Amino acid sequence: MAGNSRISRDEVARIAGLARITLGDDELTHLAGQIDGILDAVAVVQEAAGANVPPMSHPIEVNNVARPDVIVASLTPEDALSGAPASEESRFRVPQILGEEA
Amino acid sequence: MSDLIKKSAAELAALIATGEVSSREVTQAHLDQIARVDSTINAFLYVDGDGALAQADSADKTRGGSSPSPLNGVPLALKDVLAQKGVPTTCGSKILEGWRPPYDATVVSKLKAAGVVILGKTNMDEFAMGSSTENSAYGPTRNPWDIERIPGGSGGGSAAALAAFQAPLAIGTDTGGSIRQPAAVTGTVGVKPTYGGVSRYGLVAFSSSLDQAGPCARTVLDTALLHQVIAGHDPKDATSINAPVPDVVSAAKRADVKGMKIGVVKELTGDGYEKGVAESFAQSLAILESLGAEIVEVSCPNFKYALGAYYLIAPSEASSNLARFDAMRYGLRVGDDGKRSAEEVMSMTREAGFGSEVKRRIILGTYALSAGYYDAFYGSAQKVRTLITQDFSRAYEKVDVLVSPTTPTVAFKIGEKSDDPIAMYLNDVATIPVNLAGVASMSLPSGLSQGLPVGFQIIAPAMQDDRLYRVGGALERELHAKWNGPLTNQAPELVI
Amino acid sequence: MALTYEDVISKYEPSLGLEVHVELNTETKMFCGCATVFGAAPNTQTCPVCLGMPGALPVVNEKAIESTIRIGLALNCSITPKSRFARKNYFYPDMPKNFQISQYDEPICTNGYLDVEVETDEGPKIFRIEIERVHMEEDTGKSLHVGGATGRIHGAEYSLLDYNRAGIPLVEIVTKIVSGTGKYAPEVAKAYVKELRDILRSLGVSDVKMEQGSLRCDANVSLAPIGSGKLGTRSETKNVNSLRSVERAVRGEMIRHAGLLDRGERVIQETRHFQEDSGTTRSGRSKEQAEDYRYFPEPDLTPVAPAAEWIEKLRSELPEKPSLRRARLQSLWQVPDKEMAALVNAGAVDLVEETVALGADPTRARGWWLGEISRLANEAELELTSIGISPKDVARIIELINSGELTDKLARQVVGAVIAGEGDPDAVIATKGIKVVSDESALIAAIEKAIAAQPETAEKVRNGHVPAAGALIGAVMKETKGQADAARVRELLLGLLGQG
Repeated sequence: MAGNSRISRDEVARIAGLARITLGDDELTHLAGQIDGILDAVAVVQEAAGANVPPMSHPIEVNNVARPDVIVASLTPEDALSGAPASEESRFRVPQILGEEA
Repeated sequence: MSDLIKKSAAELAALIATGEVSSREVTQAHLDQIARVDSTINAFLYVDGDGALAQADSADKTRGGSSPSPLNGVPLALKDVLAQKGVPTTCGSKILEGWRPPYDATVVSKLKAAGVVILGKTNMDEFAMGSSTENSAYGPTRNPWDIERIPGGSGGGSAAALAAFQAPLAIGTDTGGSIRQPAAVTGTVGVKPTYGGVSRYGLVAFSSSLDQAGPCARTVLDTALLHQVIAGHDPKDATSINAPVPDVVSAAKRADVKGMKIGVVKELTGDGYEKGVAESFAQSLAILESLGAEIVEVSCPNFKYALGAYYLIAPSEASSNLARFDAMRYGLRVGDDGKRSAEEVMSMTREAGFGSEVKRRIILGTYALSAGYYDAFYGSAQKVRTLITQDFSRAYEKVDVLVSPTTPTVAFKIGEKSDDPIAMYLNDVATIPVNLAGVASMSLPSGLSQGLPVGFQIIAPAMQDDRLYRVGGALERELHAKWNGPLTNQAPELVI
Repeated sequence: MALTYEDVISKYEPSLGLEVHVELNTETKMFCGCATVFGAAPNTQTCPVCLGMPGALPVVNEKAIESTIRIGLALNCSITPKSRFARKNYFYPDMPKNFQISQYDEPICTNGYLDVEVETDEGPKIFRIEIERVHMEEDTGKSLHVGGATGRIHGAEYSLLDYNRAGIPLVEIVTKIVSGTGKYAPEVAKAYVKELRDILRSLGVSDVKMEQGSLRCDANVSLAPIGSGKLGTRSETKNVNSLRSVERAVRGEMIRHAGLLDRGERVIQETRHFQEDSGTTRSGRSKEQAEDYRYFPEPDLTPVAPAAEWIEKLRSELPEKPSLRRARLQSLWQVPDKEMAALVNAGAVDLVEETVALGADPTRARGWWLGEISRLANEAELELTSIGISPKDVARIIELINSGELTDKLARQVVGAVIAGEGDPDAVIATKGIKVVSDESALIAAIEKAIAAQPETAEKVRNGHVPAAGALIGAVMKETKGQADAARVRELLLGLLGQG
């Protein structure tokens, strides 16, 4: 990779961890190079960073879309669990969780 | 029987309505065509033969009754990114292999209510990320015009199905050009409605603020008829437009451009565009002028940032949208040997289940959103969106619609750009600004270059989708007169 | 040698930060129409939206917005003219989308305050707790951890997930840093949560049952040497499930921090879990490296821009502030300060008011709630609201006493039986056959029987030794199985023996 790369291989590995993807070694190297290139290409947006414009997160500005507090039929537990890789007694069965809730 | 598959949806609908043909016959004819050519084309990931025939029978019962829908009984191909209850929905990914949604997308509910027959689910770049359908986990789709070439992406399956006469109608989705670019390279028509014009409920999200489902067909009128069926407000989608659907069908029929001002976007012409593409574009412009439209040049200077902004915003939103694929509640689960933790199983599953383009964009997006980089990347990109929207607004003060070639080149060969992400991204340079601003856009065939289709792009202001059909219909009328029918009639006979 | 609390406060001053999560009592979830009934069978209140299925989209509950605004107004907050939802991204199996829809830099309510009163050495003192923000978010599913031995290494362990709770509306209330409480930090924390709970209850926006999880408190505590003017490193304590635990947790953390600081050790910035039995905290996750939640505005939802007229209408319809209400009731019932404070501390004000509303005399109502019922509640270590007797029951019992159908003593029996779950007062009376023997002739008969059985005692009474009547009264009570009105028996007896 170029000497002045925007993103190191280690950084890519860290980000992959944040995104819960276990990359293989070769994959990591290859990906890091590509992402570096893409970041170079997209960095042009920083020219607009100083612009005195608000950021836009919705193409069409509308406010206050909401729904009434009225019950709508839920899925049956069978349907809810229909795609589950594993289930037990109407609950989704998942491997042991190591971390703790935020 | 076989010429049923060459007819337009409007023609088929009329024949079914009068009883001259049954929906079952029409549906069977298309199922036969799929069986005949799809081992070569690979447009379909799933063909729902029994389901389609059952829907056809139901449509046959409805017909002749009180005001059936204009498309009652007509078959359609559905991009595999939309949830259809009980039918495998993979989004072109291994991570959802075999998943059958327990619910219908709103678009699907509307299609069913209109009596449209859903033949099956079409191939796509994985999670709609790509411009060639080469990123599908289930193999690429081939362009019926030249099976060594890509049919475009991400919705290559839907477009190829139309061009190969496997269906007269299709639904695609467009985030950066995924309806329009395939339409351009396959010689078909595709529309990205105004953002919010069609419900996203049940459309598996790639980039939430850019995604739109849209109608695809071989003619402008067919596209309008389908647009009318699928568009409209949906209380289940908070971003859907709460206003009546513009009268796109009347606009397509009227198709009169006299007195309209048509703006050519300076930044979407020039060196990056192949000679044959530029020539075809110029010829179509001349036709519109001869029909009474005034051609004006406009400049949208901030379009130069569009590609960069898109390739920050879309991956950022995608990195969040795709987090749900974690092996816990549905889809693929890898590595669960009873000893590994949930975290490990998640990571192994995502590594195995996602293809390289998806991983690339997830990493890019996660990075762009992360602490310390947000302002420089995602934050700046959102500012660029505002600048681009302003460019469009300024242009629309002077003109009624904007036009450009849909893509810089005709269909390239399979494998030609798949190792070069940035070269691949450049295919979308003309289509992307549209999604960033949320305006409406159509691609329709404007001719051939080197024997391959060229697309003409029309861009209308938000909520003025009917203008697309007015201009597109007018251009198509002249071109169809010249070609003696739709361009797809000139597609080479598929050698099986 | 273990540090005492006095040691701690002689050297250090505490700073507090309290985060309270409130589960709203809306009919449906925050972003979908699933029901929110507590205790429903697993995964029977779920849909594609709250399960985070591919393609599903959120739409915000308008009642949740209204409730959050009302909470903000009741806490003297400013209502943000345009607030947005944001995605908080992290992976956890109880969170179906692996992001939580919350609010980040544009919360719906900001900059409020709540005054709480705490008893100090110098008398009652008011502390003003400043509120940083109030915002909306969604709750997670519930996980059951199954199998394996005590450690987590053993292979058989796995978890079962129920997503009924996923998506239920949560309101998060965050204080600014609370300083200047000195040694009263634990009491201030408890009083804050209690007052907040009372306000939320008066607004009718939540069940606010800490033991059911509809009110959750995380306490942040740090210490700094007195007069240093700096802030110490904080620890966050979760799993604080009652008011009493809030107080104990804060006190416990103050002592723990002081112990570390005294030894020259560092306080680690981390999340700790409160242990009910020991009153101490156990280390959880280290917060040394702050989580990178990669917040960005939620693209699937529109901004929330409540109309000014609507906000003013909600403000005008706010119920009476609990503190004002307490003052009003105190005046109405003519209750001295100390007794009012006792009522407040016992959590009996609402109960007494409801009992009075059903027709009972305030003094009697107070007497029962603060007396016999509080005694039983303390014995069982339960709150008055959970002990199992309602204002309706108490009002009925008082009514029965007034009409003479129950004596005080019998009434106590009835109270005990109602609390034991034997039914409402009338049912208990019927089942147990509790009945004041009011039939005078039956009483006189029993009295004459007792006199006949204890002639010497009766003679004593006749001769003016009135206290000796007790034995005779006791005999009559025994004869009537305790169902006679002892006072009336005494009256009749003394009359018969010439001492009336």
